[in-house]
Amino acid sequence: MNQTHTTHPQPRQGSAPVLEVRALSKRFGGLVATDQVSLDVRVGEVHALIGPNGAGKTTLVHQLSGTLAPDAGQIVFRGNDITRLPAHARVLRGLVRSYQITSIFRQHSVLDNVALAVQARSGSSFRFWHAVRNEQTLFDEARTIVARVGLADRADVLAANLAHGEQRQLEVGLAVATRPAMLLLDEPMAGMGPEESERLIPLIDGLRQEVSILLIEHDMDAVFRLADRISVLVSGRVIATGTPEEIRANADVKRAYLGDELESATGGQA
Amino acid sequence: MSGLFLFEQALNGLQFGLMLFLLAAGLTLVFGIMDTINLAHGSLYMLGAYMTATLAQATGSFVVAVPLALVATAAIGMLLELAVLRRLYTRDHMSQVLATFALILIANDSVRMIWGPQPISLNPPAALAGPIDLFPGMSYSSYRLAIIVVGLAVAALLYLLVTRTRTGMLVRAGASNREMATAMGTNIKVLFTCVFGFGAALCALAGAMLGPILAVQVGMGEDILILAFVVIVIGGIGSIRGALVGSLLVGLVDTLGRTFLPMILRETFSPQVASNAGPALASILIYVLMAAVLFWKPQGLFPARG
Amino acid sequence: MQRALTLAALALAIAFPIVAAPLDLDFYIGFASRVMIYAIAATSLNLILGYGGMVSFGHAAFFGTGAYVVAIAMTHGIDSLWASWPLAMAVSGVVALGIGAISLRTRGVYFIMITLAFAQMMFFVFIGLKAYGGEEGLNMPYRSLIGLGLNLKDDATFYYVVLALLTATVYLLRRLIDSRFGRVVQAIRENEARMETIGFSTYRYKLICFVIAGMVCGLAGALIANQTRYVNPNLMHWIVSGDMMIMIILGGLGYRFGGVLGAIVMLVLDEAISPYTTYSKIVIGFVLLAVVLFAPRGLAGLFDRKAARAAGSH
Repeated sequence: MNQTHTTHPQPRQGSAPVLEVRALSKRFGGLVATDQVSLDVRVGEVHALIGPNGAGKTTLVHQLSGTLAPDAGQIVFRGNDITRLPAHARVLRGLVRSYQITSIFRQHSVLDNVALAVQARSGSSFRFWHAVRNEQTLFDEARTIVARVGLADRADVLAANLAHGEQRQLEVGLAVATRPAMLLLDEPMAGMGPEESERLIPLIDGLRQEVSILLIEHDMDAVFRLADRISVLVSGRVIATGTPEEIRANADVKRAYLGDELESATGGQA
Repeated sequence: MSGLFLFEQALNGLQFGLMLFLLAAGLTLVFGIMDTINLAHGSLYMLGAYMTATLAQATGSFVVAVPLALVATAAIGMLLELAVLRRLYTRDHMSQVLATFALILIANDSVRMIWGPQPISLNPPAALAGPIDLFPGMSYSSYRLAIIVVGLAVAALLYLLVTRTRTGMLVRAGASNREMATAMGTNIKVLFTCVFGFGAALCALAGAMLGPILAVQVGMGEDILILAFVVIVIGGIGSIRGALVGSLLVGLVDTLGRTFLPMILRETFSPQVASNAGPALASILIYVLMAAVLFWKPQGLFPARG
Repeated sequence: MQRALTLAALALAIAFPIVAAPLDLDFYIGFASRVMIYAIAATSLNLILGYGGMVSFGHAAFFGTGAYVVAIAMTHGIDSLWASWPLAMAVSGVVALGIGAISLRTRGVYFIMITLAFAQMMFFVFIGLKAYGGEEGLNMPYRSLIGLGLNLKDDATFYYVVLALLTATVYLLRRLIDSRFGRVVQAIRENEARMETIGFSTYRYKLICFVIAGMVCGLAGALIANQTRYVNPNLMHWIVSGDMMIMIILGGLGYRFGGVLGAIVMLVLDEAISPYTTYSKIVIGFVLLAVVLFAPRGLAGLFDRKAARAAGSH
């Protein structure tokens, strides 16, 4: 199972974090969704965030991406406080998310999907007269990204007509096309069979050269193969952060969450 | 003198606001529970007024006519729900707007066919025709006072229904959380039809009560429908409490604005400015109010949904 | 194929006034102008509604504003179309900017109700404007002056001006929807949240689109004022907004000629039934209800797959 495992380049010690989350809190009525969450993602690392359902992972992603305002705390991205920045402005600064529930442009072709994301950061879109389809460079770039996420031969297919796994690949492709400095991947393997996951893992692994990644994922096999460090979120609080080995050995984590899941991840088939 | 006048205008505002509430309450529930925009709500109000007028003439009694008209309008409302609106719940808002707009066109022409294009008259019961002394030096239309009493009674009844009965709680839960309403099981279709019929009856009551004050004519439903929309935007979709507060706000601001704004303009500028700009300014006050609420609270004053 | 059809229709439209006189169809030159004016208005609504997915129920506000600007300008001695028509577009654009800036902060049924309410507010403002006729409205002693040795008083000349502007509008719409901006607007209709998370400030794009539509509709208003030489607040009544919506649902949402087709169908239908009954609206009501319930893609959708796709994605 682990033969395809790639090397973990050790994150440079002491390198400045690209993302710092400081004591982020969000409550809905009496329910505390994120409780003083602090974590940091270093430049070039894959930092996985795991935890049981309802731990607050999605709420955290919403706050990081700007669709939900935290009640307290701070989000610092590349040295700037972005806590109050609207979602689209965060994207332009390089912090980009993907969705757990596929969110693509279903009535556009695969290529047009990606071209939209390329368009978002290359040149003004307040251009009203010239047809986009004549913009050679835009589509050349989009084609490169389509190929990179493994959809080259599906470029002209309507996104709605893709298989589920292919839609997940496009989902990641849309985020990649914005040329992020950091990716928030919200359960990229959601709903994927083992075979489909096998296609996505090398893709994410290949991204670590150019972007930092916060990976939220339930597939423990994928997490332990990809992550440089792992944080564990339980009931809205980070109970541990460390290397995969440290997390595996952590008694609190075992007790609160990992017990069974860890067995299956290390023992072979997830 | 001016204090009494202000009090009288405030009563008028309250009276108008309470009638608006009757429309807005039904509308906001349909919005909240069924996530459906129903433009034809105003047509039910119009039908209620027309049927009250006809029944009052036939029976010779306004008091007998009103409950009959309520039942008839509720029946029409439920028929509409079964025949048309039910098909629209799962459709997009655009389709809902167009289909219910079509219902307005159909209702207006049907009324013209049956009752003719001219406004018809609806008289208040004779016992309530004259003014009444509220306290020494202050007399007020007894019919308007009756409207206030009826309005307050219905508001109280609605409050009890929604907070104290099981069905009411179902409805309220549904209005603030649609998934919950759908998850509540098999009776949901019947519940929708009943809520719709109930909303129609409230419309008819408003139409019957306002008929003697405003004109009973084609188009009366549309004007008040837009005010009810403003009320809902201010109060927050799906919230009965929001509908009540919004109605009273709109009723008071509109009534007081129309009376006092031209007076204020006359004092501060000139009679000419007052007569030129007064009516125009007064008529936009509630929209300014709506814009202000939206600016500070885009979900309305009492957002029912989290 | 479509290109050939379009050119044929255009040729027919150009030929119409020439053949109308000998065939004793002069009356229909004015009627055809009216249809084309509504086609411009409906096409502008189609931009925001069909392509942009913004269900605006207050489009008549811009129609009426454009009309009133031309009429009011004339009472102040501005009677050249080169001045008053652009002014009508500019003022309508400013009104659209104001209404759009507030209502686009909301979505769903809120947006529908708020655009409706603001349009109704404009309606009441003009009823209250006693200086410009109030409820009675305002007469225009003559049509705007065009210069160039032409006179819009001649119905055929006016017809050709309207035809030219309609052609320009449809062409502009085509360029716009194929442009970068148009791509963005259509993608927002499909998935606004995702547009935000790939870096578009969707509010800005929607607002600009709203303003463009408002300006084009203002131009249509300027034309209708000239056509009838009379303006009144009913031009911005919400029933007119509803009529425009009916036109594009009949013609085809998000279909380039949807507004044109819809205006033709709706007004011809109205014209055809009105001699037989005073209750033409009830017929239109039932037709509309049937279309919404049973053929939600509009007439164009019955023939055109692209329009069907656009309407289906709502």
